[in-house]
Amino acid sequence: MGLQIIKPDTNIDFMGKRLWAMFASLMVLALGLGAIVLQGGLNYGIDFAGGINIQVKFDRDIQAAEVQEALKSQNMPEIRVQQLGLDQAHEYLLRISAEGAKPEEMRTRVDQALSQSMEGEFSIQRLEMVGPKVGADLKNKALQALFYAVLFISIYISGRFEHKWMTAGIMAAGLLTGLYVLGLLAVPLAYLILAALVITLGLTWYLRLNYALGAVVALIHDVLITVGIFSLLGKEFDLTIVAALLTIMGYSLNDTIVIYDRIRENLRAQKKLPLMQTINQSVNQTLSRTLLTSGTTVLVVLCLMVLGGGVIHDFALALLIGVLVGTYSSIFVAGSMLLGIGPTPEKEPEDEAVQAA
Amino acid sequence: MTGLRWRIVLAAVVLGVALVYALPSVLPDKGPLSAVLPDKEVNLGLDLKGGVNLILGVDMEKAMHNTLGRMGDELRSESRSNKIIVLSPQVVEDNRLQFILLDTSRADALEDLIDRQYSRQLNIESREVEEDRIRYQLAMTSEYREELHKMTIDQVLKVIRNRINEFGVTEPDIRRLQDNRLQVQLPGLEDAGRAVDLIQKTAHLEFQLVDDEADVNKAEQGVVPPGAELAFLQKRQPDGSYSKQPIVLKKNVLLSGEHITDAQVAFDQFNQPYVALSFDRQGSRIFERVTGENVHERLAIVLDDTVYSAPTIQEKISGGRASITGQFSMEEAHDLAIALRAGSLPAPVDILSERSVGASLGQQSIDQGIRSIVAGGILVLVFMLVYYGIGGLITDILLFLNIVLITAVLAGFGATLTLPGIAGIILLIGMAVDASVLIYERIREELRRGLSPRKAVDEGFSRATLTIVDANVTTIMAAIILYQFGTGPIRGFAVTLSVGVLASMFTAIFVSRIFFDLWLKQRKPGSSLNL
Repeated sequence: MGLQIIKPDTNIDFMGKRLWAMFASLMVLALGLGAIVLQGGLNYGIDFAGGINIQVKFDRDIQAAEVQEALKSQNMPEIRVQQLGLDQAHEYLLRISAEGAKPEEMRTRVDQALSQSMEGEFSIQRLEMVGPKVGADLKNKALQALFYAVLFISIYISGRFEHKWMTAGIMAAGLLTGLYVLGLLAVPLAYLILAALVITLGLTWYLRLNYALGAVVALIHDVLITVGIFSLLGKEFDLTIVAALLTIMGYSLNDTIVIYDRIRENLRAQKKLPLMQTINQSVNQTLSRTLLTSGTTVLVVLCLMVLGGGVIHDFALALLIGVLVGTYSSIFVAGSMLLGIGPTPEKEPEDEAVQAA
Repeated sequence: MTGLRWRIVLAAVVLGVALVYALPSVLPDKGPLSAVLPDKEVNLGLDLKGGVNLILGVDMEKAMHNTLGRMGDELRSESRSNKIIVLSPQVVEDNRLQFILLDTSRADALEDLIDRQYSRQLNIESREVEEDRIRYQLAMTSEYREELHKMTIDQVLKVIRNRINEFGVTEPDIRRLQDNRLQVQLPGLEDAGRAVDLIQKTAHLEFQLVDDEADVNKAEQGVVPPGAELAFLQKRQPDGSYSKQPIVLKKNVLLSGEHITDAQVAFDQFNQPYVALSFDRQGSRIFERVTGENVHERLAIVLDDTVYSAPTIQEKISGGRASITGQFSMEEAHDLAIALRAGSLPAPVDILSERSVGASLGQQSIDQGIRSIVAGGILVLVFMLVYYGIGGLITDILLFLNIVLITAVLAGFGATLTLPGIAGIILLIGMAVDASVLIYERIREELRRGLSPRKAVDEGFSRATLTIVDANVTTIMAAIILYQFGTGPIRGFAVTLSVGVLASMFTAIFVSRIFFDLWLKQRKPGSSLNL
């Protein structure tokens, strides 16, 4: 036998701690959402808000304030200076939000300002300008991506978790009808996403697709908490963060699928046991796999965050938060949800017994 | 165990082909192998290679406006030769061409003319009778608007392509996007400024006479004599900055840039660069006539509404040559010559977005990416080896095969590797072991339940397979959506992620089973499975 971190007979009472977990989730959620409200919404990067980013690398230790001071003396439009990645990289991102600022002119002026008022060498490594039109477009595309992700994932998991593709079909039809009507009313895309979520939750509840309902709740939980923590840390949202969020959705579902499959398998095997015990047993049986997979994923994401450089740092950070939250939620949130609403009633006994690990 | 030999052959063929496709991208020097290996390599995105990515917007409104204005002038002269007097054609709101017919009795003749000459392009939208005049408003027909749209974009694309090709960037990529947009990718270019200037230059060249009788001061206050306009003469100062001096020009354009056949940088006796122009035959004739008729007048050379020089005509100039002097820098003269040769843009082009990455940052990103892959990879490899023993070793081999497969697919399909793409590979190293973990944990459980090793392996694989497929479908779904809606770098992430997930499913379910079967086969009967 190789190593074992989780002993085979481990039996942690996860469900007994569900109130604590719920409390913790709500606290973090409230903190994150509070941060978003206090900042007056999400902190958009230039991909969505438009503007100019100039990345500068210095050859020595420098404070962001120093850079700010050097630029201020040169009568430039307002520039926000942010450190990128780790301290020893000496990389800074200058963000210019002034409308109509010409990128190449800004490059020259930043270059002049820094070489006049700062000692040491530096180089301008990267320049990005997103105009308002492209910014609005990218925002729209990001929202569309989230919208379709919610749509497809909802339909997929209602079919997948329940092995009732007919019901999933009804679900899809209901969802598409609702969204089509809203689309006719020219509802903004952000509200469409919200509506898609609400309709999904309502339909899964109404059609008694309880596994699907639990999975969607866990998914929303993960994305909201990641977004909240990200805002709390004062990080910017851009396209790569949306990519990270979609990846997190996939990852979170992946985890939930494994645990729910085990719960269903155990429910079929031992009908007598109380639900709480079955869920606990299932979570414990898959615990070793859950921790191993999260462990290796966290390991590589940490490597990326530490070694990958400033450009990719925030992307890695979002993934790290998402993987950690996703692991937690598949144990606590998905399990507690099922305990609260009960598993999907299995009507037909001849329902093909799809068994899974 | 059925058909183990065939499964080995299949896996070997797939991996062999993958290796052949992956090698060119990995080997720094192919040596004699280059004759055998495919010449496709993994493309690097601009964020890794360094370069400039521009999104340009073609100002279609302005193109329509210009075309309507030109049609208005044509219509007026056309009418004049038919003895119809049409006054002040101008483009008004909603892109309508408005003009006034002086004599109502000529209305039929005018409308007849419009019908004959312009029925395909223009519709009469309204006629307002005002005393003895009629105010007409004409709009473009929808077919013509579409045609103009297409022609304008085609023309812009062609002109920009010509300019970029002469600019000297290797492998530029210029393509059309939706909504009157173009994307221009210039790999390896550090200074976007010059490229942006060159692309945006309308390069509309006109020769006009200077109205020396007009009062420049009055003109500056807005009192311009009829048939004249105020412009500015640009002069380069010794320190490199420009001064602008007001000058009044006669509106009538004598000759324009469309007659240019060539433009080259040349040097005067003070070694100052200037641009030498050659005209086509018709242009030469016009230039000869214009200079002959206007000796001792000043001829202004106007480029994009700026007067570059306004020399006095000394004598009739024949031979179809002219020059633009304006105390240019070498680079300016060079870029201006390119723009004039490539032709003028039919519509202004706006820079909607610009992303430029220096080659040093690109290389730094590659290095950091490889370092993260190696560090993350080693951690995961060691961890799996320690945790699962021989099973871990199998997973480690699978991880290596995954990387080979991803590289091969990226190279074979000519996909582009970006920085987020590298991040996708790293993420995948962490996630790919999931499939193995699911199988191994299941086998361990079955072993604990007292099943024989062979039975336990069977159960482990068959029960875990469905979960592995399902769990990965969600990731692939997310990746497809990202590909659909993402921009270049994000697409790179979506590609590596989905290719990687597929590769990891193939290796974990198919290849790993072969290893297990071989392991079971050579194991002493009755011994336990060390997993």
